[in-house]
Amino acid sequence: MTNHWIDLRNSDRIMIIGSNAAENHPISFKWVTAAKERGAKLISVDPRFTRTSSKADIYAPMRSGCDITFIGGMIRYILDDMQKSSPSERAEKYNMTYVTQYTNAALIINNSFEGALESTHPGLFGGYTASKNGTPGILGSYNKSTWNYADSTTPASDPALVNNTWTAWEDLDSKCVLRLLWENYKDYTPEKVEEITGCPKDKFLEVAQTYAESGAPGKAGTIMYAMGTTQHTYGTQNIRGYAILQLLLGNIGIAGGGINALRGTSNVQGSTDMCLLSHILPGYLQVPIHTDQSLDDYIARAKKGKDFITPQGLAGDKSASWWWYNDADPNYKKYLVSMLKAWYGDNATAANDFGFNYLPKVTSGDDYTHIGTFEAVAAGIVKGMLVWGQNPAVGGPDSEGERKALEKLDWLVVSDLFETETAAFWKRGGANPGSINTEVFLLPAACSYEKQGSISNSGRWAQWRWKALEPIGQAKPDLEIVDELALKLKELYTSEGGEFPEAITKLFWDFREGAAEADPNIAAKEFNGYDWTTKTALTSFGNLKSDGSTCSGNWLYCGMFDANGNNKAKQHDPVDKSLNQIGLYSGWTWCWPINRRIIYNRASVDLDGEPWDKDHPVIKWTGSITKWAGDIADGGWNPINLSAEGAKYLPFIMHREGVGRIWGDGRAEGPLPVAYEPWESPLETNLLTGVEDTEANGTPGFNDPCCYIGKMEMDGQVWNERGTPDNYPYVGMTYRLTEHWQAGQMTRNLPWLIELQPQPIAELDPVLASQKGIESGDIVEVSTARGSIDAVAIVTKRFQPLTIGGKTVHHVGVPWHWGYTGQCTGISPNGSSGNVLTPHVGDANTTIPEYKTFLCNIKYVRKGGE
Amino acid sequence: MAKAILYDATKCTGCRGCQVACKNWNGLEAVETYNWGSYENPKDLSTQTWLKMRFIEKGGTETDNMRWLFARQSCMHCTDAACVKVCPTGALHIRTDGFVALDKDKCTNCGYCVEFCPFSIPRLDASLISGIGDKATKCTACTTAGLNRIDNGYQPACVNTCPTGALTFGDRETLLSAAQDKVAALKSNSHPNAYLYGENEVGGTHVLYILDDTPKAYGLIEDPKVPAAATAWQDIIKPLGYGIVGVVGLGLILNIMVARARIISREEK
Repeated sequence: MTNHWIDLRNSDRIMIIGSNAAENHPISFKWVTAAKERGAKLISVDPRFTRTSSKADIYAPMRSGCDITFIGGMIRYILDDMQKSSPSERAEKYNMTYVTQYTNAALIINNSFEGALESTHPGLFGGYTASKNGTPGILGSYNKSTWNYADSTTPASDPALVNNTWTAWEDLDSKCVLRLLWENYKDYTPEKVEEITGCPKDKFLEVAQTYAESGAPGKAGTIMYAMGTTQHTYGTQNIRGYAILQLLLGNIGIAGGGINALRGTSNVQGSTDMCLLSHILPGYLQVPIHTDQSLDDYIARAKKGKDFITPQGLAGDKSASWWWYNDADPNYKKYLVSMLKAWYGDNATAANDFGFNYLPKVTSGDDYTHIGTFEAVAAGIVKGMLVWGQNPAVGGPDSEGERKALEKLDWLVVSDLFETETAAFWKRGGANPGSINTEVFLLPAACSYEKQGSISNSGRWAQWRWKALEPIGQAKPDLEIVDELALKLKELYTSEGGEFPEAITKLFWDFREGAAEADPNIAAKEFNGYDWTTKTALTSFGNLKSDGSTCSGNWLYCGMFDANGNNKAKQHDPVDKSLNQIGLYSGWTWCWPINRRIIYNRASVDLDGEPWDKDHPVIKWTGSITKWAGDIADGGWNPINLSAEGAKYLPFIMHREGVGRIWGDGRAEGPLPVAYEPWESPLETNLLTGVEDTEANGTPGFNDPCCYIGKMEMDGQVWNERGTPDNYPYVGMTYRLTEHWQAGQMTRNLPWLIELQPQPIAELDPVLASQKGIESGDIVEVSTARGSIDAVAIVTKRFQPLTIGGKTVHHVGVPWHWGYTGQCTGISPNGSSGNVLTPHVGDANTTIPEYKTFLCNIKYVRKGGE
Repeated sequence: MAKAILYDATKCTGCRGCQVACKNWNGLEAVETYNWGSYENPKDLSTQTWLKMRFIEKGGTETDNMRWLFARQSCMHCTDAACVKVCPTGALHIRTDGFVALDKDKCTNCGYCVEFCPFSIPRLDASLISGIGDKATKCTACTTAGLNRIDNGYQPACVNTCPTGALTFGDRETLLSAAQDKVAALKSNSHPNAYLYGENEVGGTHVLYILDDTPKAYGLIEDPKVPAAATAWQDIIKPLGYGIVGVVGLGLILNIMVARARIISREEK
């Protein structure tokens, strides 16, 4: 979240899209409800009517996977309204100062850029090359050389836009970002939105108009999203769509605004910060690749294309570009060297590049994400696996394929509270234990109440939890398990040697400091960082050095400790001391970065440092001596109008151009989102561009042109077939229920929760049910090209058929919680896991699986009941 | 001071934290269930389920927007409580704060409370003859001896766990006034049928519902009445009965009343 949970209450317009917050983040509705009590309007956009929708002022249905069309339509609505309004009306309805001064709306793009609508292949930008015919993997890639600013370091801006004098699109430079945005979305009319998404035009317009009202200066709109947004082959572009919308409406950095990713488990934010993902190191530093032969190589590669950009013609004239702030000794290097020092201690010296070459390096082009890893297991490349806090046999896409892949492992270690489906894969329905040679170890893990440590919530708050109970049986906290494992590995590599032993033997690993067991407090101090000589805790990442004199396991967490070594994640001041009590509660635990509760908050004030919203000030300039009041300002520099020439710092301090990116060149499929169809779509053509589904011929067709098509082949069998609408005519989707948790081990072993949702379900609309002779309570079979599951049918008007391009499209919804171990199992021998149905395909930028949209069929099996 | 629980249906997301918290605090067992084509489970209240949320789907047509309503089903804690009137032993009694408490030690499994409750809330599965099984059970607003949250300064478990503030606990007068304001606001804001349930029903209840529609839409009993027989029992027959212990006729009258109440309740269904 750019903001945080409590801040939702400051919102005037809340759009929940790609999320079912009421069911999956129940506590979020404490604050959504508080906002509604203040008069905020709640909008729910979802293929199905959920418990979230039940509380919404406006519910808009949408075919699963059509976010870009829907949001693109909203962007078009706003741009059209901006253009048609007189300059003075425009400035009343929209914060044009924010749009022009704090985003790159006015900047001029490379003249050679070829837009998606004018391209020879509609829907593709210029510069695309498809991969080899018919091979799975990434469908294709772009040459991005024309996606930059026309002047790459000092881009010009359009004066008519900046001065708000324009009235027609032709008044703006044809390559200015706002104009290109219009060109990209001008065809996303309300009629097209209805045709593609199935959302009735009037309902769509009600959403667009209501949400656009948050664009007025002083008003706030927030977008709450979750896996319904991300789990698509173009999930990242869905979020880009939200970012563009929020920047156009001046909603980033302000109270009640932001783009708020609701994390799926209590510490997803923390694990992401700490590099759970394969492409980053802690603190979002890039992972080294095989060509990074030295620290200098790594830094040079990370910096490539990251020159400071100074936009021209704006009030601000300086970008902090924080990663590379101070060219000679950039922050990026300080953060990496301090991390290496934390990892390798006295073995990290200037002479050996601070142990840079001890770091594992990935082979550029290989996929190390969940999908890629399981395909490597299936291919016999990966021989052993540690599974921790995860249950891929239920949670992974194409679950039967992944379960089959586990059979290829020599050994598997699962650390969990219960015997998960992953640990029990060898005795699942249909498996022959006699022919499986995988050696499986199950380590009993302590649950959250049986250990202490910090968890970071969606709002980036690191909150310390204490142990309430001793672990039962032989269970141990994760840190103790890791600690014992690492020390044993160190011992073995030291005594026996092996492949590249230094990566392990040179580790500085002391989380016990003489005690019998590892202590999370020691780990916390290490990732906060301290002076290597004095061991004094550092209070800000501003203290980190690139000479090896400081260590910090994660620069973002530097400042969690005070100078006396107190861990602020443990503080609990219940008094809200923020301006106008907007709910920052800055003394309650601690959040990164440096306890800044709302990031990009310099965008919440005007050029003089006055809050746009006087009632909900995040920060406020109080004069040259007292400086900023309120939240920790995003960079302590004076307001733009009160700074000297050449030091007028722009608000988006992490960006090298200093402004928010409506136009962004970092993503695989293009600088602006374009509507694609899911890998499995009920349509034959993209209704916007007319492009047909020709994936079989090795071109992207109407799919995301850079998405990842998995290859799961084992023993001559393909485990990732693609279904077509003639065999699988309905749109399937997976989701969670309030009553169960993720892959189910923590809830399918709790009788009170089993009582509430005792069996796997499949939800469908009454029209489809009647066609199929299905009644509520019947056992049905839901099938896809990957597999099938049995579930109890719930026939409900909460599902409605949608009319898409003149064709009736039905959705079938399946929760993915169930499996074949624990006290509450599925109906079919495969555990009725929803992910048996989902495909092994991934997002073009992150390879997150496309869990949320696929093609399926459904049929009656038998009567259900007691 | 009269206390109450206020349930604001407009704030309820149907998460059912209350339903589980009730079981957790009161030490009630999970019930074996199956999915009967609904999110709602268990299907009914029982001696092990004192509070359940009902899920009601409305609309979903071109002219009527889809709505998904959630309604609490549990003891209403009536001021004019039929169960207390008919309880022969005083096991069911009204506390000074207005909640209808239950002293299980005094319960004789007679089942009159089950028969006479206008909301069909109490449950009992003990044999009248052998006494084996659970005696009469219902929500006591967390006043059960040994599990008494209220007298120890805590709010009821269901209220405590509610994430959205749909459930609140406090002085009835204060909650009533807030609820009246909320209902008035709903009425003037496109919910003409908004209703404050429990304000006047059966003498005013100590569980109040803010509804954005009619009680009927929420599946609640419209205009619940204390059965006349229950009033007769408390005001006339019970005092008489204490005087004429062992009169066989009393049992006969009771049997007739129970049978009548059963017929009435069947007709209502």
